[in-house]
Amino acid sequence: MSDRRQPARREVWITGVGLVSSLGEGLDAHWAALADTPAPVRDETSFAPYVVHPLAKLELDKQIPKRGDQRQMEPWQRIGTYAAGLALDSAGIKGNKDILGTTDMVVAAGGGERDQAVDGSILSEIEKQPNPELYLSERLQADLRPTLFLAQLSNLLAGNISIVHGVTGSSRTFMGEESSGVDAVRIGWARIAAGTSEIALVGGAYNAERRDMLLLFALRHLAMQAPWSPVLKAAKGVPTGSAGAFLVLESPEHAKARGATPIAKLSGVWSDRARRAQEGTEAAVTATLDHLIGLADPAAPGTAILSGATGAPEPTRAEAEVLAKTGLPVRSVTDRLGHSLEAQFPVALALAALAVSHGRLFAPLEGEPIEKPFDGALTRAIVTGVGHWRGEGVALVERA
Amino acid sequence: MTSTTDKAGRPIVVVTGMGLVTSLGQGKQDNWAKLTAGESGIHRITRFPIDTMKTTIAGTVDYLPGGRRSAPDLSEELAALAAEEAVAEAGLGTRGRFPGPLFCAVPPIELEWPERRILAREAAPNGPLTYDDLLRAAENNDHGTWHERFVYGSIADHLADRFGTQGQPISLSTACASGNTSIQLAVEAIRRGDCEAALSIATDGSVTAEALIRFSLLSALSTNNENPAAASRPFAKNRDGFIIAEGAGALVLESLEHARARGAKILGVVEGVGEMADSFHRTRSSPDAKPVIGCMRSALADAGITAEEIDYINAHGTSTPENDRMEFTGMSAVFGERLPGIPVSSNKSMIGHTLTAAGAIEAVVSLLTIANGRIPPTINYEVPDPAIPLDVVPNVARDAKVGRVMSNSFGFGGQNVCLILTGEPE
Repeated sequence: MSDRRQPARREVWITGVGLVSSLGEGLDAHWAALADTPAPVRDETSFAPYVVHPLAKLELDKQIPKRGDQRQMEPWQRIGTYAAGLALDSAGIKGNKDILGTTDMVVAAGGGERDQAVDGSILSEIEKQPNPELYLSERLQADLRPTLFLAQLSNLLAGNISIVHGVTGSSRTFMGEESSGVDAVRIGWARIAAGTSEIALVGGAYNAERRDMLLLFALRHLAMQAPWSPVLKAAKGVPTGSAGAFLVLESPEHAKARGATPIAKLSGVWSDRARRAQEGTEAAVTATLDHLIGLADPAAPGTAILSGATGAPEPTRAEAEVLAKTGLPVRSVTDRLGHSLEAQFPVALALAALAVSHGRLFAPLEGEPIEKPFDGALTRAIVTGVGHWRGEGVALVERA
Repeated sequence: MTSTTDKAGRPIVVVTGMGLVTSLGQGKQDNWAKLTAGESGIHRITRFPIDTMKTTIAGTVDYLPGGRRSAPDLSEELAALAAEEAVAEAGLGTRGRFPGPLFCAVPPIELEWPERRILAREAAPNGPLTYDDLLRAAENNDHGTWHERFVYGSIADHLADRFGTQGQPISLSTACASGNTSIQLAVEAIRRGDCEAALSIATDGSVTAEALIRFSLLSALSTNNENPAAASRPFAKNRDGFIIAEGAGALVLESLEHARARGAKILGVVEGVGEMADSFHRTRSSPDAKPVIGCMRSALADAGITAEEIDYINAHGTSTPENDRMEFTGMSAVFGERLPGIPVSSNKSMIGHTLTAAGAIEAVVSLLTIANGRIPPTINYEVPDPAIPLDVVPNVARDAKVGRVMSNSFGFGGQNVCLILTGEPE
């Protein structure tokens, strides 16, 4: 006989959301922008031939008051630290040392913003050198900024959030592109649901406005080139977008004790890994995503799907097919804010919480025929996160 | 049959397989022999030119056959070697199908200079080169495999294929505490009942010229270049920085109930894990050591024990002036008057600081310490630091009955994770 105790499952509430993107900052600004159904904010010239969704202008001082802190970060870290501050404000725990000292943090991050001027200068000269490797060492020693290293380490977004906002209960950083965002939320959720954590800050950030990141996509010819087009209709590449999103997840007991109310409930997070190489991307993604969506009970009334589809052709085609088959109203997150890699799933969750809290879905986007009008009461949103080269995830957000 | 749950009613999490690769060698047997003989794996760097470097020594793993590898290639290879050993020892699952998830700590990854240079040559611009030229070269040529190699997720993804782990592997970093975090995530998953077994791997094969320079610019590295084997001097007065190194550690973790049911040999128990972040500074720990103290205490509390019950501390002990002093301050607060009587040693005196991999490697060594009743020394301890009086097991291994170990890992970004490890349960 097993003496294993069945783990109790508690509800998990979303009590704070911090969101910044090309559409602005904060939930209200996003709701207004989504209601207007404008064409997404995009830049097709600065990084030509590529399309990127540039971050709205932020007053950094509002969330990162010390200029010294701002200087120690590269843009992706500033975006994330800013969004994390918004989330803490939204949850009403900013500056609350007792709570922040026990808040568990799981951050999804990439890293490695480079000094592109230094790289370019070295590459311009290195092949002319009698000893290229020695030349490289000399140049790097002379030209690298010592603090740049700290802006490149993945876990230093979390580190900066600890320093700037005082979140110190625990700190973990997950990498691995889109799936890191899924699993960051999943682990934060699972710990609260199982009763081993009371409150968590989960999310990620991405700076799309950098050529070294575009280069990674370009190596596999996956970066979207102008003109922009919606991804679910015809996936022709990834339109990256700068964004940061953090959620405060909390047990109902903890939230009630401090008088906090939920924005929405996070009712489940599931991740898996389709065997794309072995089974073929489209077949593998279709089967895995279909299964994951099934876990979120798509047949329940008042359900919509917020898709994080990246625009990478094969997985996005597969996802579009699965989504169409559900018959549910679908909205593409990438079409509106761009694709923010590690941050994409948290961004999509933020929009899901926003829509569910309003009880209705924002309007379809012109030119994306899979998006059907939906005027009914929205009580549930299923969020998908299918990675541009690996990893699948789904979450369910419900009205609290 | 005794209980398979701990004092808190949670499933007891045991270790049933372990693997190790360091600059000292491949496999537990070889490493253990050298660690207890007080041998150093630190040597002169030959991987890249060192003529102008302030630091010219490291604990790189150079003995694998084949030529240049990228950091992710080497990290993946080291991880696979360590995990092969661990999975084989555990005898769990079938070849290519491990019945649990993978938690994999990986080093920083990005496109590297050889690849950038190829793109630059392909672009061949008339004027000064920019990233637009690299982008053009990427689009006009076929380097699709570099995308997968130089994104963060591919090491764990390939390992998940190789070992057939279940579900989505988690790639993680908590800087120099990453190894402990990879174990912590597995312990939590088993305690929650998400799984009966998990594979934790932490790997680091990222010693490139640029990585060395970056740490050097932060004044973190030792410049005791003359005698590489004598450079890493944790807790000694003449310590002057850490020695960057490579390696991997892997552990198969399993619920005690599951391990017993299949008759597995139990190598040890992960009794407790503690964590606390530090908001003091990006690279420096809070001088009052409060987060480290809180971390150690939370590990003891998680294990349901008191500081009195720790027999040996496998220290973070990096050999930097600041870490070793701060770690002493933290241990003093937690262990009080008893501290001078507790043996504390640093594996890093011999294998250097394997960064991402360190926690997992040191967890394996800690369990070997318990199993063998022999404590690896802190070598190069010639000049004691009167400010940090400790029994560091100086220079020579010591036979001792060790029932319970605290293993510390601290990292940049305010990361602190401590493990409490014991031998096979009664």
